[in-house]
Amino acid sequence: MEKKKSSFLRNETFLSVAAAIICILVGLLVGFLVLLAIKPEGAWAGILAIIKNFFNYPTKAAAMKYLGNTLVKTAPLLMCALSINFCYKVGLFNIGAAGQYVVGAAACLYAALAWNMPWYVCMILAMIAGGIFGLAVGFLKAYANVNEVISGIMLNWIGLYLTNMILGNVKESTSPYTVNVKGSALIPSLGLSALFSNNKYVTIAVPLSIVFAILVWVVLEKTKFGYELRATGYNKDAAKYAGMNEKKNIILTLMIGGCLAGLGAAFLYLTGYEQWSTTQSSVPGMGFNGIAATFLGGLSPIGTIFASFFIQHITSGGSYLDKSVYPSQISDLISAIIIYLCGFVMFFKLVMNRRAAAREEAKAEAAAQTPAGASVSAAAAADARQNADDGKEEGGKKE
Amino acid sequence: MSLLIQYTLLFASVLALVALGGCFSEHSGVINLGLEGIMVIGALGGALTMKSMDSAPAAVTVLVVLLVSALSGMAYAVLLAVACINFSADQTLVGTALNILATAAATVIVKAINMAENPDNVSATVKYVEAKKDFVVNIGSFQFNWFMLVALIALIAAYIILYKTRFGLRLMACGENPSAADSVGINVFKMRWAGVMISGFLGGIGGIVYITAGVSEWKFETGVAGFGFLALAVMIFGSWKPVNIGFAALLFGFFRALSNVYSGFDWLAALNIPGTVYNMFPYIISLLVLAFTSKNSRAPKSEGIPYDKSLR
Repeated sequence: MEKKKSSFLRNETFLSVAAAIICILVGLLVGFLVLLAIKPEGAWAGILAIIKNFFNYPTKAAAMKYLGNTLVKTAPLLMCALSINFCYKVGLFNIGAAGQYVVGAAACLYAALAWNMPWYVCMILAMIAGGIFGLAVGFLKAYANVNEVISGIMLNWIGLYLTNMILGNVKESTSPYTVNVKGSALIPSLGLSALFSNNKYVTIAVPLSIVFAILVWVVLEKTKFGYELRATGYNKDAAKYAGMNEKKNIILTLMIGGCLAGLGAAFLYLTGYEQWSTTQSSVPGMGFNGIAATFLGGLSPIGTIFASFFIQHITSGGSYLDKSVYPSQISDLISAIIIYLCGFVMFFKLVMNRRAAAREEAKAEAAAQTPAGASVSAAAAADARQNADDGKEEGGKKE
Repeated sequence: MSLLIQYTLLFASVLALVALGGCFSEHSGVINLGLEGIMVIGALGGALTMKSMDSAPAAVTVLVVLLVSALSGMAYAVLLAVACINFSADQTLVGTALNILATAAATVIVKAINMAENPDNVSATVKYVEAKKDFVVNIGSFQFNWFMLVALIALIAAYIILYKTRFGLRLMACGENPSAADSVGINVFKMRWAGVMISGFLGGIGGIVYITAGVSEWKFETGVAGFGFLALAVMIFGSWKPVNIGFAALLFGFFRALSNVYSGFDWLAALNIPGTVYNMFPYIISLLVLAFTSKNSRAPKSEGIPYDKSLR
């Protein structure tokens, strides 16, 4: 009975959720302090407006419509997060997801606007484009020993300029934005938009992104292929010794990561929700916010679903601030602080784990004084120590 | 032509300063991906100072602005140091977070100040154009900028500090083999703090140089448009050595300048290459160089790995 309760407190999922909630609360607190510093009177209303996002609308219909908008942008974010998540499990930090997302946007928009391709073809092309960029990173990593973070960053910028150049051919003549996506290039909604007060941007992209999250989880946790990839991530040399082709695994991982991120772009741009601005001079934040969602989601594909929604929820919430008093970038600030705090998650977990372990040990010792529970508590104490060591390992194996 | 040289030198100064910052940080063992963010905060500090120093004499303005930028950069780098050195956080994650945070924070701060002054002004620009003139000396058609001198001094100083002083050699030891450094009594944590602080100092100055390089006032919403990352490329291209970094900065600065002024050259304009291609060049070159040189990379061996005393 006792043992069950303590193991819940030190359960990995529980720790991840608790750590994520700490990050979120501290992030919101800092956001609140910033609002206070700018103008104390409206600060409470301001932070509430950010948290409420679509609930700011009085009618249910309007709220549903804007919930739809948040979901539309959650789908690409989730795909970028999954891309980073997948690679991180294999020990690779795919910071290049941002660039893979960008070239995905280039491929799907160009196919849709210049060649009038149907949506599924555009989607596949976006996947291929992202995949090629991922492949480049993987190839450089496996055969030329180039750090994936550095090559990813370089490719992000190459991708951005390349995309601006390609999409410059399909932009509106009077503005830097690409032409509206129309007709068969739009992802079908299959009645989903009716659920969200006829928000036409809500398409099957939203459920598809969740399907991909589950798929990533299944592949990583339940298949031989996923096991091999994770083994490569834990110890490249051991995996090689065990007969796995570690070079192939690295390349495949980054290619799959690239496909996921590229597809994410298709999930956004093929709904017509946003147009690409061909004059943008910085890489869109989607890929970087994906890093936030991944880490906030405790590096689990399923947790990432919720984390992606939350990050997008806060980001969209910023637009409900009273704009004459507060800049809307405060919500970016909050999500940035949450990402920063995610760096401390390992530390939070370690502390919570140690606390729980210490409490258990104290309990076990107290129980050992009474002869009746001696045998049980000795076992519990041994177990506790074992778990504490596990916890230490968990913290130590960070790199 | 003089415009091309001027921009090349100016961009090279930015890149050299920031790359040297990255160089110090990495030699101490911490990968500083947050350089971009440090630049933004340094630029913010400098721009706000310039705005408030309209009437001061030129020399005073130059010195104070440099100092404030450097200090702002250092203050911001503290966030990276605490997380990565003391709490063993993932350096890539924290660096990325700092980049996003800096742009958001700078925009919020600038907008808040603008709105407080005038409720109708929701732009994210700082008015510093007047003070900018203090930094420039006209020599014929060439505009000499004091920042170019600052970058040169920083390069020489970095060379001397890294290779000729006890501090520099110890710093590099912490990036190569922290356990060995620790065993001979060097405080690895202190050295890494020093490395990150120096990178904050130089990155902050780099930021103010960057935003004052343009003709118009800088919009803080756009951050520094990848210059921090370009500086990382310069650092790698220069194989973590100050002198090489200087040359790499000149090369990359040249390409960057070319993208600004290529339309002024008839034969370049005739080639009809879009400006974005010139923007891409530096990244493509560094990727190629990386591909061919990384097999025996000169990167500090222990960079990116949090130091854990218990693993000694």
